[in-house]
Amino acid sequence: MALDEERSGPGAGILPTDIPGTASAEIDGDSVIDAAIARPELTNSLGEYVRALGKRVRSGESGVLPVLGGLILLVIVFQVQDSVFLSAGNLVNLLVQGSVFILLGMAEIWVLVLGEIDLSVGYSAGVGATIAAILSTTHGLPWYVAIAGGVLTCAVIGAVIGGIVIVFRLPSFIVSLAALLGLQGVLLYLINANGTGGTIRITDTVLSDLANGNMSVAAGWIVMIAGVVLFGGITFLRDRHRRLSGLVAPPLAVSLLKIAVMAAAGVALVLVCNTDRGALEPVQGVPYVVLIVVGVLAAWTFLLGRTRFGRYLYAIGSNAEAARRAGVSLGWNKLWAFVLTGATAGIAGVVYASRLGSISNNIDGGTLVLYAVASAVIGGASLFGGRGKPVYALLGGLVIATIYNGMGLLGLAAAYQYMVTALVLLAAVTIDSLARRGRSGA
Amino acid sequence: MSIVAEDRATGGPGGPGSPLLGLRGISKHFGAVRALNHVDLDVPAGQITALVGDNGAGKSTLIKTIAGIWAPTGGQITWDGAPVDIRTPKEADQLGIATVYQDLALCDNLDIVQNMFLGHEVLSHGLLDETEMELTAKQTLSDLSVTTVQSVRQLVGSLSGGQRQSVAVARAVMRDARLVILDEPTAALGVSQTAQVLDLIHTLGAKGIAVIVISHNLNDVFEVADRLAVLYLGRLVSSGPIAEYDRQRAVELITTGTSDGDPAPAGSATDTEG
Repeated sequence: MALDEERSGPGAGILPTDIPGTASAEIDGDSVIDAAIARPELTNSLGEYVRALGKRVRSGESGVLPVLGGLILLVIVFQVQDSVFLSAGNLVNLLVQGSVFILLGMAEIWVLVLGEIDLSVGYSAGVGATIAAILSTTHGLPWYVAIAGGVLTCAVIGAVIGGIVIVFRLPSFIVSLAALLGLQGVLLYLINANGTGGTIRITDTVLSDLANGNMSVAAGWIVMIAGVVLFGGITFLRDRHRRLSGLVAPPLAVSLLKIAVMAAAGVALVLVCNTDRGALEPVQGVPYVVLIVVGVLAAWTFLLGRTRFGRYLYAIGSNAEAARRAGVSLGWNKLWAFVLTGATAGIAGVVYASRLGSISNNIDGGTLVLYAVASAVIGGASLFGGRGKPVYALLGGLVIATIYNGMGLLGLAAAYQYMVTALVLLAAVTIDSLARRGRSGA
Repeated sequence: MSIVAEDRATGGPGGPGSPLLGLRGISKHFGAVRALNHVDLDVPAGQITALVGDNGAGKSTLIKTIAGIWAPTGGQITWDGAPVDIRTPKEADQLGIATVYQDLALCDNLDIVQNMFLGHEVLSHGLLDETEMELTAKQTLSDLSVTTVQSVRQLVGSLSGGQRQSVAVARAVMRDARLVILDEPTAALGVSQTAQVLDLIHTLGAKGIAVIVISHNLNDVFEVADRLAVLYLGRLVSSGPIAEYDRQRAVELITTGTSDGDPAPAGSATDTEG
C-alpha cells in the first residue's frame, strides 16, 4: 500500500531522522505496488531507509545535519590550530562552559515553538540564581530548598510574562523586553539589599558541585550504561512495536544502529570525562552539570514529543486558528510554555551561579539571552514558530561554546568571538532558509 | 411552502423517507441586513447537495448557521426529523456535523496523522498513542480511497492542494460525521486535483454521509451533485434533484433568482418571502 512509506520513529535523538518524512515523491507506481502486495518488508530494508533519508535531506528537512556538520567543522579547525582543543581537560571545560547556553537555549525552545520569544531569560536566570544564593548562603537553608526557590521564582516570572502576553494579547517581544529591564532592576535590588557588596557567594558544597563537581569514575559508567539501556530499550521496543503493528517504522538495522550510536556517544563522553585532567592533583569523572543538561534534555524532549501538551504547542505555533478550531485551549497551553521557559531559565541560573561560585550584580543577562536565542536558532529552531526541539538548543549551545572556547585557546580577543558567533548565526539561518526554499520549489 | 412540497414530492435518487438535516424558515439578520430570509432546505443522507449562489447570496451564512457558528435569528433546524438547536460548533460536532472550511485549518508542521487527530488525540497511559492513531488514520484514508499520499507520516506542508483537502475531509469523516459541509473544496485546484477531490465527495455520498458542497464552479456541481440548492440574496429560490436543472437554468437562478424554464409554480421564489 502506498501509505507504507519510510519514516523514522519519533525522538530518534541525535540522528537526523526525527523529522517526519517528506520522503520519496519519486517512487514509481510499480515499486509501490510491489511493496504493497508482494513484499511489505521491502520498504523496511536498510537501503530504502537510507534512500528515504537522503531524499528528505535534499527536500529541505535536513533536521540537525547542518548544525552537526558545522560543529564537526569547527572542532577540526580548532584542533588543527591548537592541539590542546581535543584534550580531555578542554573538552570537559567546553561542556561546562556550554551548559548555561544550552540550558537557556532549551528554555527559549518552549516559547519559540509557539512563535513567541522571551528576552528576559538571562535576567530571569540571574534573579533565580540570586534567590537560590540568598536562601542558601544568607539564610543557611539546605541546597534543595535553594534550588527549588530559585527555579520556582523563575517559573512564576515566566507565568507573569506569559499571562500578560495572553490576557492582553501583547507581543511577547515587548512584554519580555520590559521584563528584561525590570528583572535587571530586581536583581540589583536583591543583591544590594543582601548587603554583601554586590556579590553573593555560593558556599554550599552541593550547589558549588553542580557545575564544578564530578561523579566518581565508577558512577559515571553506571549512570551512562543505565541511561543507554533505558533509552536504547525504549527506542528498540517502540520501533519493534511499530514494525509488528504494520506501521511505517525504521528497520531493525536502523533501530540497532541508533542504539549503537547512543552507546558509542555515551562511552566516548564517559571516557573523555574519566581521563585524568588535573594539573597538580588528579581530576576525573563526569561533571554533574552534564547529567543536569542530559536530564533536562530528556525530560523536555519527552514532554514536547510524546504528550498532548507538546503536540498542541507545535500546532499553535504553526496555525493557532486551526488549533483553536480543533478545540485546543490556546491560553492555557501557551501559559504553561512560558512557565516552562521560566523554570528552565531558573535551572540555568543556578548552574551559572554554581560555576562562578557566586552571583553578582554585573551579570550580563542581555548577552546571555542573545546567546540563548542564538543557540536555539543555530540548532534549527524557527523564530516563526512550529519548529524546535530541545536537542537543537543542545547542538546550538555546543557550537557557541566551541567558538568561545576555541577562540579563547587561540588567544583571540572577545571582539573576534562575537564576530565569529555572529557569522555562524547568520550562516545557520541562511542555510536553513535556503534548504527550505529548495523544498517549496521542489 | 411550495419548494418543500416539491422536494418531498420528487425525492432524491435514493428516495429516503425523511431528510437527515432539515431547515425550516431559517433567517439570519445582522442588524438591518437580512443575510438569510426564511430558508427551507432538506439535506438527505447519502446524497450530495450543491449549494450555489453569487457572492453575498448567503451561502457562507447558511453553512455557518448549520455549523453552530451563528445562531439563526428565526426558524427551526431539524436533525433526524427532531428539532435541534445548534448554538456552538461543539454542539454541531456532537450531532455529527463536520465543516471543512476553505482554509482547511491544517498545521503544515505536523504530519497527516497528527493533523487528523489534532484536538482528539488518542492517549494510552497519558501519552500519545501514535500506533493507534496511525492505524486509524490509514484505515480512514483507505476507506475514502485516498491513495495519492505516499505516507501518513508526511508533513501536511509538503502535500498538494488536493491531498490537503483529502486530509481535511478524512479528519471530518474519521470522527463519525454524518453531515460533511465542504466550503469551495475545489477552488484553487488544478484539473487532476479537482478530479481527486470530486471522487472523494462521491465516496462520501456512497458511504451514506450527507454532503453539502458550496461551489462556484458549475462544472464541478453538475459532475458531483445529486441535488442543487440555489440561494439568491438570502432567499432559497430553488432546490431539487440535479436532473431538473441544466447549466443555463442554474446560471439564470444564480444571477436573477428566477428562470424561464422553472417547472416549479411561478410563485415559488416569492412564496418564501415574508
